[in-house]
Amino acid sequence: MSLAATAVPPPRIRSRSALPGFGLAMGFTLFYLGLIVLIPLAALIIRPWSLGFSGFWAEITAPRVLAALRLSFGASAVAAAVNSVFGFIVAWVLVRYRFPGKRLIDALVDLPFALPTAVAGIALSALYAGNGWIGRPLGHLGIKIAYTPYGVIVALIFIGLPFVVRTLQPVLADLNRDSEEAAATLGATRFQTFRRVILPMLAPTLLTGTAMAFARAVGEYGSVIFIAGNLPMVSEITPLLIIIKLQEYDYAGAAAVGVVMLAVSFIFLLALNALQAWAASRR
Amino acid sequence: MTGRPRAATEDHPLVKFALCAIAIGFIALFLVMPLATVFSEALAQGWRMAFDALAEPDALAAIRLTLIVAAIAVPCNMVFGLAASWAIAKFDFRGKNLLITLIDIPFSVSPVVAGLVYVLIFGLQGWLGQWLRDHDIKIVFALPGIVLATIFVTFPFVARELIPLMADQGRDEEEAAVSLGASGWSTFFRVTLPNVKWALLYGVLLCNARAMGEFGAVSVVSGHIRGLTNTMPLHVEVLYNDYQYVGAFAVASVLALLALVTLALKSLLEWQFAGEIAASHHH
Repeated sequence: MSLAATAVPPPRIRSRSALPGFGLAMGFTLFYLGLIVLIPLAALIIRPWSLGFSGFWAEITAPRVLAALRLSFGASAVAAAVNSVFGFIVAWVLVRYRFPGKRLIDALVDLPFALPTAVAGIALSALYAGNGWIGRPLGHLGIKIAYTPYGVIVALIFIGLPFVVRTLQPVLADLNRDSEEAAATLGATRFQTFRRVILPMLAPTLLTGTAMAFARAVGEYGSVIFIAGNLPMVSEITPLLIIIKLQEYDYAGAAAVGVVMLAVSFIFLLALNALQAWAASRR
Repeated sequence: MTGRPRAATEDHPLVKFALCAIAIGFIALFLVMPLATVFSEALAQGWRMAFDALAEPDALAAIRLTLIVAAIAVPCNMVFGLAASWAIAKFDFRGKNLLITLIDIPFSVSPVVAGLVYVLIFGLQGWLGQWLRDHDIKIVFALPGIVLATIFVTFPFVARELIPLMADQGRDEEEAAVSLGASGWSTFFRVTLPNVKWALLYGVLLCNARAMGEFGAVSVVSGHIRGLTNTMPLHVEVLYNDYQYVGAFAVASVLALLALVTLALKSLLEWQFAGEIAASHHH
């Protein structure tokens, strides 16, 4: 990946504005962006190659790393799928219906953005542990959530919900009701209208929100590690593996896994930009 | 069934009821119960124990460190957000979209990767590790590293709120001020800033909440030295892993209160100044 090469925009700047201060504002922006974000990321990208390509490959295909990647991606996909269904229902209810406590529910949706992840982590862990409010009744049914991969999924559902709801809400509110009415006039049932008219119109937006939830879940750390149990090969997520390698002073190994995660982030960033362009063109 | 006929685009009352029940149930299960757990666990052995846990020297040190870190990181990102939005929204230049995408990068990168990049540069075996050691400068496992990691993860918050709003507002007012003889700075402080003050406050509010609550990135660079480099979220982790649940949840409930206050202020800003916060909803 040639991030470092494409990082700084070309300096061919033409300013047609009559306002002063472009040089200062732009200069500071690029300086700060480079110092805080771009140079450190470039340092990450070059680091693992001290191992050589084969060393890098061996590092990221080690069984423990592959198991962690599988868990991170698998659990994130399941959580994003759950959120796409329930997030849709929450957004639908908040936009279309009126009911008592609606404003409170609306404000609460942002809780996962505002609540520090470590707080969410210990709370979920206490809730789903064997003696917790949810863990105890589930335990009687023979279901274990905390300290298993299911715990990882629960934490990632928590963290991803607002992405789906907040992406859908404004689009759903702007949705043109004429086509719904037309469908009803032509004899479609409400369910047919939903499936054939509403869902296709919202599909790009729903996909965007789901992809955002997925992307966030893959990199999530704080809310997961307390409930996961962190058993190597079973419930150990990829970000935790980076921290473990750092604690063992295996900088190159940590950087190798970090580069894989960064590559995934960039792929998602590009895919999301494309998705949003598609969603905008559909509206 | 009797009663007033439904509009063609309205759902059946039973469907409405079922969807509301599902949405509220899902939010109660995944958002409200974890939040309630935080406070209930903190007060499990009474108010006294919870307050004692907060008055401990290590807890006080963690609170102080968290405040210091936020007091440095938030103004830095605020100045950056103002500079970046001035350059991007008030001028035309090539590569604008690329620049906006680059500013967004920290949101799509895992917090652990954000911490990792600074360890690779400033850590003992990092690029500058030897030089820093020779000159007795501590960055990783000390305040500067924690501040850098916090700045990274909260990097886009203010810029993201301001750029779309300032672009919407155009530059007519500023150009009028300048043509009447106002200097660049006084145009900025007298015209631009008052126009975006609520969006700025909104961005700063979200930036501050994340800065005080950040866990993953800070966890990588802090070294977890009790009373010295533990922020509040890290202190929560340390207490929790020591089985000091009341203490962990007491500190966690302070962070949860901060999150609730943030949400309340955020909702208030959204209701009162919806038109003046262009880019609200979705992060």
